[in-house]
Amino acid sequence: MSLCDLTAHELHKLFSSGEASATEIAEAHLERIEAIEQEVRAYVTVTRDRLLEAAAAADKARQSGEVIGPLTGIPMAIKDNIVTQGVKTTCASRILENFIPPYNATVVDRLYNAGGCLVGKANMDEFAMGSSCEHSHFGPTHNPWDTGRVPGGSSGGSAAAVAAGEAVFALGSDTGGSIRQPASFCGVVGMKPTYGRVSRYGLVAFASSLDQIGPFTRDITDCALVLNAICGHDPRDTTSASEPVPDFTESLVPDICGMRLGVPREYFEEGLSKGVREAVNSAIELLAEMGATVEECSLPHTRYALSTYYLIAPAEASSNLARYDGVRYGYRASGARDFVDMYKKTRYEGFGPEVRRRIMLGTYALSAGYYDAYYLKALKVRTLICKDFDNAFDKFDALVTPTAPTVAFSLGEKAADPLSMYLSDICTIPVNLAGLPALSVTCGFNEGMPVGLQLIGPHFAEGTLLRLGYALEQSTDFHRRRPPLTKTQEWDRNMEEAPDNAV
Amino acid sequence: MRYEMVVGLEVHIELSTESKMFCDCSAKFGGEANTHVCPVCLGMPGVLPVPNKKAIDYAMRASLALNCQIAPFTKFDRKNYHYPDMPKDYQISQYDKPIGSNGYVVIRTDKGDRRIGIRRLHMEEDTGKSLHEGVAAGSLLDFNRAGVPLIEIVSEPDIRTAEEARLYLQKIRTIMLYTGVSDVKMEEGSMRCDANISLRPEGSSEFGTLVEIKNMNSFRSVQRALEYEAARQQSVLESGGRIVRETRHWDEGRGVTFSSRSKEEAHDYRYFPDPDLVPLEINQEWVDEVRRALPELPDQRFRRYVEEYNLPAYDARVLVEDLALAGFFDEAVAAGANPKAASNWIMVDLQGLLKGEGKSISEVKIKPSHLTQLIDLIEKATISGKIAKDVLVEVCFTGKDPESVVKEKGLVQITDESALIKAAEEVLAANPGPVEDYRKGKKNAIGFLVGQLMKATRGKANPGLANDILRKLLDGSV
Repeated sequence: MSLCDLTAHELHKLFSSGEASATEIAEAHLERIEAIEQEVRAYVTVTRDRLLEAAAAADKARQSGEVIGPLTGIPMAIKDNIVTQGVKTTCASRILENFIPPYNATVVDRLYNAGGCLVGKANMDEFAMGSSCEHSHFGPTHNPWDTGRVPGGSSGGSAAAVAAGEAVFALGSDTGGSIRQPASFCGVVGMKPTYGRVSRYGLVAFASSLDQIGPFTRDITDCALVLNAICGHDPRDTTSASEPVPDFTESLVPDICGMRLGVPREYFEEGLSKGVREAVNSAIELLAEMGATVEECSLPHTRYALSTYYLIAPAEASSNLARYDGVRYGYRASGARDFVDMYKKTRYEGFGPEVRRRIMLGTYALSAGYYDAYYLKALKVRTLICKDFDNAFDKFDALVTPTAPTVAFSLGEKAADPLSMYLSDICTIPVNLAGLPALSVTCGFNEGMPVGLQLIGPHFAEGTLLRLGYALEQSTDFHRRRPPLTKTQEWDRNMEEAPDNAV
Repeated sequence: MRYEMVVGLEVHIELSTESKMFCDCSAKFGGEANTHVCPVCLGMPGVLPVPNKKAIDYAMRASLALNCQIAPFTKFDRKNYHYPDMPKDYQISQYDKPIGSNGYVVIRTDKGDRRIGIRRLHMEEDTGKSLHEGVAAGSLLDFNRAGVPLIEIVSEPDIRTAEEARLYLQKIRTIMLYTGVSDVKMEEGSMRCDANISLRPEGSSEFGTLVEIKNMNSFRSVQRALEYEAARQQSVLESGGRIVRETRHWDEGRGVTFSSRSKEEAHDYRYFPDPDLVPLEINQEWVDEVRRALPELPDQRFRRYVEEYNLPAYDARVLVEDLALAGFFDEAVAAGANPKAASNWIMVDLQGLLKGEGKSISEVKIKPSHLTQLIDLIEKATISGKIAKDVLVEVCFTGKDPESVVKEKGLVQITDESALIKAAEEVLAANPGPVEDYRKGKKNAIGFLVGQLMKATRGKANPGLANDILRKLLDGSV
């Protein structure tokens, strides 16, 4: 039994009672990293010294009788597109390979204030563009459940770190499914909060109108705890909502009686693997057994979501990524004739092919003469997709779908075919277009790989999703399974006994 | 064929807010290079813009002062282009929903009042500055200016002469000074101007091919550049040529415009709404609040001077165009000065002195209440107008009030008849020639004698009284 296979709330009990020190927790994670990181490659940077210092500070705080929050002393991974003062933030790109930010993202400040201890910066697809974590300048991350498979993307490093016990929780970012799809592939809980719920200040922008930061955790309770720490208005982000933030742990009640669930048929069409369909359907049946009413419904504009997304997201990206020009920071190509040549060389050499592809797509979509036909049209379709959801939420408290059409695919399987890669986000993309909250929670296994169930709610209904996820968790044990890779020594996990056995 | 020029001007004005448009950095001019910067205005990864409420207030104030309508719903857009002095490689600007539109200003030309339409007024952020001179290899960049709030005022193509262009710019400048939104200094770049000019046969209502002129650094260079460009276009047209639609740069030294076609101009800015900034809704309440806070504007002040104070139009205009001088005048009048007298003193003596010293009114020590007191001293005949001129100079340099100056220097006018008679008798005795002339009928010889009497009293004699006394003595009626 290792300290790095527990959840934050379990570790909190051990820590606050003095059964385990933050330093012991931190060291356990460093040992786990030592043992398996070479196979998983979840991190771009491991901040070993920082982690131990933060853990020591947490121990000191506890010993001196300070109030200990639920995340104090808890090791966490931060996706490498969320800026961390004094710690390299690369976006898994050559162009920011050595960029050390002089400032923290708001979420990082909030987690530091909550006592979270940084383990390192998690690998990702370059600038969050990708669904497999293969588009990283530093090489791919591997799925802890099967290292021949991808962990999903773009927040693949964050998901893998949490699944493999290399961090207790992690932050990722989700622009078209980049939290939920890897959560599904790695068998952890992933939440994309409502657009505006979490400050984007310090999240390196991919597509500003779609990006949202959210947590990866091992169970729903931890998800609520991390949300409590990171949600809320930020004066530095004018798109962050001033909506009051509830205590999300209050949603952790195992009662979903009378909740109305919609099952949109468009999410169960071709491309959905049999194994995923079966796992999702049995979860839906389980929810019904627990007292929820389940009804099929339709979101008719779903089929336009992917094309809409691939106009809006690249358009915004083409502008957001313009600043990486070699002038002020980051990579600068040598041997340029003049500054235009410097831009061209720097950007060609600094960005990988997927990023270059999306910059070109977006530039084209915004060009004079094409703007109306592509970008403006996409904005109109986006409105229709939002309306679909609005109509559905007139009738339902939440929608239930698969998170991804398949379980994790093999490394290299889709790398050469961008379109089939894009299709792996087909269930998650509409949610970003509508700015809704959605949760991915493990609902079964297929081919030995986890399957994710996606729960979608109306704006600011994260609590509803947590409640549904919590109920599911109470009647299944999927969240207690750990990847075989982590079983370096024999352990037999028992939730109730864990605290006693842990030390 | 006679041609007329059709000109529209684009004026950029830096707002004099404390902080920048989208971050807390100082917006102050100057400062050591790259000291007024932060991650936001340097365009570092992950940062977000937060609009400066004051800058929006200022843009609204400027819009209202230019008789523009305020958009109830406006937004920020991104103007995408790469340039080293542009930190984000896009500029936050306003594209299709400017904060102000459909305004106008009135300019006074030789041919009467002309109304020049304002098509739009929008907000944007300034860029940094590239430094090439004195740099051994490459260029240096200073981002102190990057992110300073700007407004761009785009006129309708209503301007027909280079002189009108100058008057228009002057009017815009005065209005901006009045509203207090900018210090509008062309030399510090807080006011910049580009011009669009085309020619057409007089009487035609069609527009000719447009040429844009950039790099004009003063009102005078705008006027010169337009005159040059109109002549150039005319000679092209007259020799059967065609005008090329292009951007030309003004060369101040050579006095010519030259074509500056370069790759960077084939721009498609790919404007789109900035997803980092929520659209701005401006309700009537906010507009009213800004409108209520508007100070008296130049046209209103001009009317007040002409209608209430009966100042000549010329004087009123000179005063109105200089905010400091007009303020000085208003304070003097408020302190009790006769408006006409105050205007005269400011227009002639004070202006003359300031011009001679090369100073502005704030750089000399005279206060408005001093002028009121000075005028009062003349009206009460304590000093003569001539002495008053000397007193004014003294007040300007020492800041002492006129009464003290008069007292200290013993400049009180001699109004005591007996004292003057004695002096007059001495003058007559010393100047038998002119006295003789006068008595023979050359009555204007008295002028010389008055002069002598003034001299003898060191200017302190009341000139009217001196004249009277001399005449009486000469005519033997004393």
